[in-house]
Amino acid sequence: MQVQTHVDIHSEWGIVAARQAGRKLAREIGFGSVDQARVTTAISELARNIYLYANKGQIHIEEATSSGKRGIKIIATDEGPGIKDVRRVMEDGYTTSGGLGAGLPGVKRLMDEFKIDSEPDEGTTITTVKWLR
Amino acid sequence: MRIPILKLHDYLLISVQVDLDDQTALQFQEDVLNKIHQEGSRGVVIDLTSVDMIDSFIAKVLGDVVDMSNLMGARVVLTGIQPAVAITLIDMGIVLEEVPTALDLEQGLDRLQQELEG
Repeated sequence: MQVQTHVDIHSEWGIVAARQAGRKLAREIGFGSVDQARVTTAISELARNIYLYANKGQIHIEEATSSGKRGIKIIATDEGPGIKDVRRVMEDGYTTSGGLGAGLPGVKRLMDEFKIDSEPDEGTTITTVKWLR
Repeated sequence: MRIPILKLHDYLLISVQVDLDDQTALQFQEDVLNKIHQEGSRGVVIDLTSVDMIDSFIAKVLGDVVDMSNLMGARVVLTGIQPAVAITLIDMGIVLEEVPTALDLEQGLDRLQQELEG
C-alpha cells in the first residue's frame, strides 16, 4: 500500500506540521536518522519558501517507487508570484528575504532528485525525491 | 511557546527541547538577549541535544543569537548538536563560522570558562 500525506501551508505552524509529517513518513518508509533529518530539513525549507513568498500552498509527501527502488517524494506547490530567475535561486547565498540563501540549493543537495516548475504570476511546483540506499 | 532559560551564577543555561517553529525561535532570540541584560550574564550555553532538525532559518537565528550576545559582551557556546543535524547542515552548505561548540553541556561550561578567562 502506498502511503501519502498532505499538509496545507498557510501559517508558520504549517511548516512544523509538514516536517513532522515528513519525518513520520520517512521513518515508516525505512530511512535512517541522517536521511530522516535530510528529508525533514528539505521539507522545512520548501514549506518556509511557500509561506514566505506565496503565503499559502501545499506540501504533498508520498512514497516513491521506481524500478525496484523505494523512496520519498515531496511535492511543494503554490500559486504565488513564481520564480523569475530559476538559475539565480539555485546559486548559494542568493536571497531576497534576508536569509542565508541556502534554501533551494540546500534542498537540492540534501535530496537525490530535484525539479522546479515555475511560471511568473502563476506559481511554483518543486518536486524532489530521496531514494532509500 | 517559550523556551526556559536557567541562570547559574554568571551563566545562562538553555536546553532546547521543542520542535522550533519560526516564532518560537525568534522569541527565544529576544528572551536570551533580555535575560543576559537583566542578569548581567557573561556566558550562555545553548544545548541542542534534543533538536533533531536545523534548517537554514533556525541556523540563522542561532548564528545571530551568538553574534548579538557577543555584541552585548556575553559568550555563547552551542552544545550537543546531533550527528544527523551536523551532517545535514554541512550538506546544505551552512557553516556556523566562529561559533564556539562543544560535545555536551559539561564541556560547554568548560569551554565557556576558557573563552572568558583566555
